[in-house]
Amino acid sequence: MTTTRSHDADVIVVGAGPAGSCAALQLARAGRQVILVERGPFPGAKNMYGGVVYPRILDELIPSWWETAPVQRWVVRRSTMVLSETGALTVDYRNPAWGAPPYNGATAYRPDFDNWLAQQAVDAGATLVTSTTVTGLLHDAGGRVNGVRTDRPDGDLTAPIVIACDGVNSFLAKEAGLYPHTDPANFTLGVKETLALPKHVIDERFNVRDDHGVDIEILGGTSGVNGGGFVYTNLDTVSIGAVLKLPKLAAQSKRPEEIIAGLKSHPAIAPLVEGGEVKEYSAHVIPEAGLSMMPTMVADGLLVAGDAAAMCLAAGIWLEGVNFAMASGMYAAQAAHDALARNDVSARGLGSYTDRLNATFVLRDHKKLRKIPGLVLSDRVQQKYPGFVTGVVDRVFRVDNPSPKPGLRRIVHEERKKAGIRLVDLLKDGWTGMRGFG
Amino acid sequence: MMQITRDTAWPEISFEERIGTAEFRIHERAHIVVDGDTCRGCSTRECVTACPANLFVPTSDGGILFNYENCFECGTCYMVCNKEGAISWSYPEGGFGIVFHRT
Repeated sequence: MTTTRSHDADVIVVGAGPAGSCAALQLARAGRQVILVERGPFPGAKNMYGGVVYPRILDELIPSWWETAPVQRWVVRRSTMVLSETGALTVDYRNPAWGAPPYNGATAYRPDFDNWLAQQAVDAGATLVTSTTVTGLLHDAGGRVNGVRTDRPDGDLTAPIVIACDGVNSFLAKEAGLYPHTDPANFTLGVKETLALPKHVIDERFNVRDDHGVDIEILGGTSGVNGGGFVYTNLDTVSIGAVLKLPKLAAQSKRPEEIIAGLKSHPAIAPLVEGGEVKEYSAHVIPEAGLSMMPTMVADGLLVAGDAAAMCLAAGIWLEGVNFAMASGMYAAQAAHDALARNDVSARGLGSYTDRLNATFVLRDHKKLRKIPGLVLSDRVQQKYPGFVTGVVDRVFRVDNPSPKPGLRRIVHEERKKAGIRLVDLLKDGWTGMRGFG
Repeated sequence: MMQITRDTAWPEISFEERIGTAEFRIHERAHIVVDGDTCRGCSTRECVTACPANLFVPTSDGGILFNYENCFECGTCYMVCNKEGAISWSYPEGGFGIVFHRT
């Protein structure tokens, strides 16, 4: 292995979240000297999501990861709800096989999960430095990135390659000029309450047992602010929250915690969460716009991964981020390893990172679904479709004797008119959805 | 068995209690600085509604009172702010600021 004696390490990874820890793990396994810098007192201290994690991508890096990962519950039920003022349409799918190895998704607390993942990197030989904030990039005489400045005394750390996994606010990607797309419309605020409820109460309310859990994604119910809601079961808590488009949130008068309160009081949600005492209130910003907001991911001596590269998939029925972060960290590490071996850490030398992203789900999913985040957060889908859909279902199931049952076509037509949706727009959105999801 | 009645279904929780459920390790240096003069000229006040930690409080003289201590470090405030230079935002010193719960 090449060692870079004039440097502190072969690679410095900034941020011990899922992207950073997977990068550090992969590099340490390959025999590289890697320093993983984390500003929190422990990995995961700053990190928050809904949250469900889909760790399939870890199969290779951490075989049988499910035996050691700190999971709350294995998701065996996935529900998508559409809420009107008082009504709710739910599509619910259950597969008990997802509750056994090799599993599918799991609820987990990020401070637990991220700490566990970082520990895997440490066990493989990475050096973890916590309670250390990176304040900027260092450059060599040629302008190439060759390290980071930290807030420790004499805190400069040098390496031929820096991997920025510094999260959604990525000051490093911005400093490097890679991230010009900071339009607030690309971001949402996620706010969450973790509600304490006894395990048996959660089991009964959500119709699961043992370590099986439920993932509920919600359209509507966010007080008219474009976004969505979620309810996830942990072992003895339920996570409930909302994801809110920043400009829409800022332009009205309801505060985030009031929007959660509104969701909690919806007739379809209240019975699931009532009596739950707030154990923790939390918030985090989400890069929501997908492909269109992604920064340039490679510069001389620098790679960007995870939320820092906006690798969050917010596509309605698919809300994923941690898996994209873990994969991008892994591929960044592989590209860094190859570049070091070839002694070319220029943007060109590191270019295999984008090749790897393009060849795998990381960018293929984002490219295929590139129009879906915009569609899901659009005014029509948010403001008009929930009322339209629940209106149709309500009329289908309402028995209005002595009136005869109206035909489905008439119901759809009348409800569409009532919701103020033009046929041409409905067809257009349907086409966008079909092309994205199809 | 846990007893849940309709009366206890929605325990009132003040914002102080709510924010008190999260752990903040407070450093003496403010990591976010708000320029009061710029805020006085702002009528839209996006930060006041959007900040999940409710750290921006309008004052009677038209300004904004800001407290950095219970900050989630999410970035919402500087992203929604329309006034160039009103909010100077950076991360707190290593080890300080929000610390989400471990089990």
